[in-house]
Amino acid sequence: MVAGAVTDAVSLTGEPAVTPALVREHSLNEMEYARIVELLGRTPTFTELGVFSALWSEHCSYKHSRPVLKTFPTTGPHVVQGPGENAGVLRLPEGWAVAFKIESHNHPSAVEPYQGAATGVGGILRDVFTMGARPVALLNSLRFGPLEEPRNRYLFAGVVRGVGDYGNCVGVPTLGGEVNFAPGYSGNPLVNAMCVGLLRENELIRAAAQGVGNVLLVVGARTGRDGIHGASFASEELSEKSEARRPQVQVGDPFTEKLLLEASLELITSGLIVAIQDMGAAGLTSSSAEMAARGGVGVEIDTSLVPTREPDMTPYEILLSESQERMLIVAEPHRLPEIQSVCIRWELTATPIGHVTDDGVFRVRHDGQTVVAIPGQRLVDDCPVYLPEAKEGEEARSRRATVDPGAPVVDLEGALEMLLDHPNIASKRWVYEQYDSTVQASTVLPPGSDAGVIRVPGARFGLAMTIDCNSRLVSLDPYEGGKAAVAEAARNLACTGARPLGLTDCLNFGNPERPEVFFQFRESARGISDACRVFGTPVTGGNVSFYNESPRGAIDPTPTIGMVGLLSRVEDRVGSHFDSARDEVFIIGETSGILGGSAYWAEVCDFVGGDPPAVDLEAELQLQRFLVAAAEQRMLRSAHDCSEGGLAVTLAEAAMGGPYVPGSLGACLDLTGYAPDVPVDGVLYGEDGARAVVTCAPLQITRLIALANEHGVPVFHAGRVESAGTLELQVGAHLFSWSTDALRRIYSEAIPRRMQHTAVDRMAGE
Amino acid sequence: MPRVAVVRFPGSNCDLDTLRAAEGVGADAYLVWHRDTDLRDADVVILPGGFSYGDYLRSGAIARFSPIMQAVQRHAAAGGPVLGICNGFQILCEADLLPGALLRNAGLSFVSKPVDVIVERPDTAFTCDYDSDCRLRLPVAHGDGRFVAAPDTLRMLEAEGRVVLRYVAATERSPFQPNPNGSANHIAGICNADGNVVGIMPHPERAADRLLGLTGGSGFFTSMVTLHQDS
Repeated sequence: MVAGAVTDAVSLTGEPAVTPALVREHSLNEMEYARIVELLGRTPTFTELGVFSALWSEHCSYKHSRPVLKTFPTTGPHVVQGPGENAGVLRLPEGWAVAFKIESHNHPSAVEPYQGAATGVGGILRDVFTMGARPVALLNSLRFGPLEEPRNRYLFAGVVRGVGDYGNCVGVPTLGGEVNFAPGYSGNPLVNAMCVGLLRENELIRAAAQGVGNVLLVVGARTGRDGIHGASFASEELSEKSEARRPQVQVGDPFTEKLLLEASLELITSGLIVAIQDMGAAGLTSSSAEMAARGGVGVEIDTSLVPTREPDMTPYEILLSESQERMLIVAEPHRLPEIQSVCIRWELTATPIGHVTDDGVFRVRHDGQTVVAIPGQRLVDDCPVYLPEAKEGEEARSRRATVDPGAPVVDLEGALEMLLDHPNIASKRWVYEQYDSTVQASTVLPPGSDAGVIRVPGARFGLAMTIDCNSRLVSLDPYEGGKAAVAEAARNLACTGARPLGLTDCLNFGNPERPEVFFQFRESARGISDACRVFGTPVTGGNVSFYNESPRGAIDPTPTIGMVGLLSRVEDRVGSHFDSARDEVFIIGETSGILGGSAYWAEVCDFVGGDPPAVDLEAELQLQRFLVAAAEQRMLRSAHDCSEGGLAVTLAEAAMGGPYVPGSLGACLDLTGYAPDVPVDGVLYGEDGARAVVTCAPLQITRLIALANEHGVPVFHAGRVESAGTLELQVGAHLFSWSTDALRRIYSEAIPRRMQHTAVDRMAGE
Repeated sequence: MPRVAVVRFPGSNCDLDTLRAAEGVGADAYLVWHRDTDLRDADVVILPGGFSYGDYLRSGAIARFSPIMQAVQRHAAAGGPVLGICNGFQILCEADLLPGALLRNAGLSFVSKPVDVIVERPDTAFTCDYDSDCRLRLPVAHGDGRFVAAPDTLRMLEAEGRVVLRYVAATERSPFQPNPNGSANHIAGICNADGNVVGIMPHPERAADRLLGLTGGSGFFTSMVTLHQDS
């Protein structure tokens, strides 16, 4: 039989008949169903309907995003593996490579925050170690509604605990992240998890099934009834009925994950296996179908051989289960005994469940009957692709056009305190102290820095990583917001001294079938692409999460950027906080004073709107190059990027110091000449990009200014770091003065103060 | 150079860090699998941190039954030095090589941060390179680190000077990072009556390199070498 020909399969007794109603229940539309019938030349069996429903879900098929994703720059001389694999891979010095990927687990976390978040971490770890890379860092981007609502506190506490418990147990440090609170995420929180792994480039393994007659093995946990249709769940809007989906949320077992990690890496490095893939969304179905399609082969699986948690599971359930901590492996038959012995040593089972075939058919048998027989390549490739209408929403347009936000509720001095007290800007110590950030004994810059930095034992270089997105900017201007997200990530890396290498993106949006949502998606992707082209940082993979809507509406558009960068010598890394009294303070980059989209307008004037400053990508690139060069020439004592909250927040954060220093430093700065034509509120709180605050030792002043001139970046000498804990800013006739110890108290207490009542909130969540 | 056996349980995750820190001071360090029954002529045994058996049932409760633990018991009974770090400390308590128990942190959350501790016993195989009462900054990372013991046991530990490490107390406006988990008497580490078995919650292996920002932990590893050279 040849691929594409009509194939035969039967429904089992007791299975429901395939009717239009059943098709709709499987989230397939009429056009999609017609294509299935045409593709098979017959009515699908019940099990086949389940297979199509999973693989043609938005989550697995990218049917609304594919044409847009194709526009991302994905190549470069250092790209070892671009999109399409479990994770992207970039080349590092000394024979090393970095594998990294981000993924969302939004909907499960909305109904079961602890397990939803935990299994999100589990999934992204597996995506990285199935490339043959040892996970060395985790990051996450979390978004919730305001903490004033008990339900949001419950979700926040549960998600943080879930993320922590999983990563802590597996022994991978969480090096950074972002947490953001805005009304748009009430009812639909976002949980994006990123993993970074290291491998020797020559030990890279890809997830392509090869070699007719090779064996398929399932390794790890038994298959249960949890998570069935998780991929479809992720592809619909949340509603009041979503609570009933709670049993579909998978349950994580990080201990088994740790064993799987060690066993998988041992199997890969010893060359015992041909290919390996995580059973993630849509479980056995997607892992086997995708591996077969990548290898251009067919597979035959006998679901009655799969070890299950409970008896009498149907092939439909076994194929669609999303039970966690399972892997699918392809291996040559004669390797089985050695594979078994590695797995047994790690207290895991490896069970042969099928083999690679030459007819290109995705075939599943159960108790001697063929229940699925679908031309494999078409199953993966023939899902209809949609290019929905895109049109900017009226609300965004009118918000952007507003120039007057109304009166601020406090004066300019009080505004800094108010901003530092806002959970979006405040210290995230409450969060990251629940994450093990030092396991693996390689953490050079911990959470709380502009970017996390790790060393690689035995290597000279260091690896920096960050995760960023300012969704307020994206909601006001998706194109500029997309650019800004990439620019901020790159700037954060450069502040540590690292050269940005590439990124993975997690594109979280509402329902793409609505024109204003698809507009946000398309435009922010265009912004990301443009920034990547200028910076030379390719997109090596990522994830799209649509249908992030609750009865309250769509989330704020959130294209999260996870980026990695390289420090040629890890000891050149630069911290974000002022280091010593008498160091000189410089502001690199200029401000227009535009306050549109700023945290100052949003929090102090209670108005989300205005036209945000345009992102000057060339200026960003020059700033990055300057920061990296200054770090490599060891000129800098600290560097901290300007972003949310503007210059005043940047200076305050740098002066307050790291979370564990005994006391804060201060600074005495005169900003009068920095932007003489800009009103004071714009100088302090404007959020123009391409800026950083750096310090150097007094002896380095001349060299630093010369280097800035050489790179064409504006440099302004603002004053010096003082040992007294006072931050004094002179702006023309205005003199502002804050106690940095007092600011630090506000900054560090903002989240704990709001989270005092979590025990009560837990009940609110039940 | 001392032969240092680092025991690897399923779920150990500080095994390689500990191995590297021991190698960093020149020790002849190697991993021993929990199913092994032989410590291969180890001079020193380290039970590293992690989540042996996922901390299911209770931290360290299942690991104590691993075959290698009989060899560890014999090594300890013969006066051989044993260090349990974090989960290793929990296992030593579960195995009755050390008194007391480690329960859920007082704050009920996992806590990961640097803390300040005082070395009160500078005469064990793992602390002999420290001065008495010197203050160290070491990272902790645990969910179950609250040391508890019966009142009699606590009195005995104090009377016999068996507190090896103590967190600094939380005092108003103290510049130090205090007791992170509510441990009785601010205890961060203890030893057995003979002083050869030591359990500590902080992670010295993560504080043994200038690049990582903290260096206070390296004494735990150099002490093993010092003691070995002296003997």
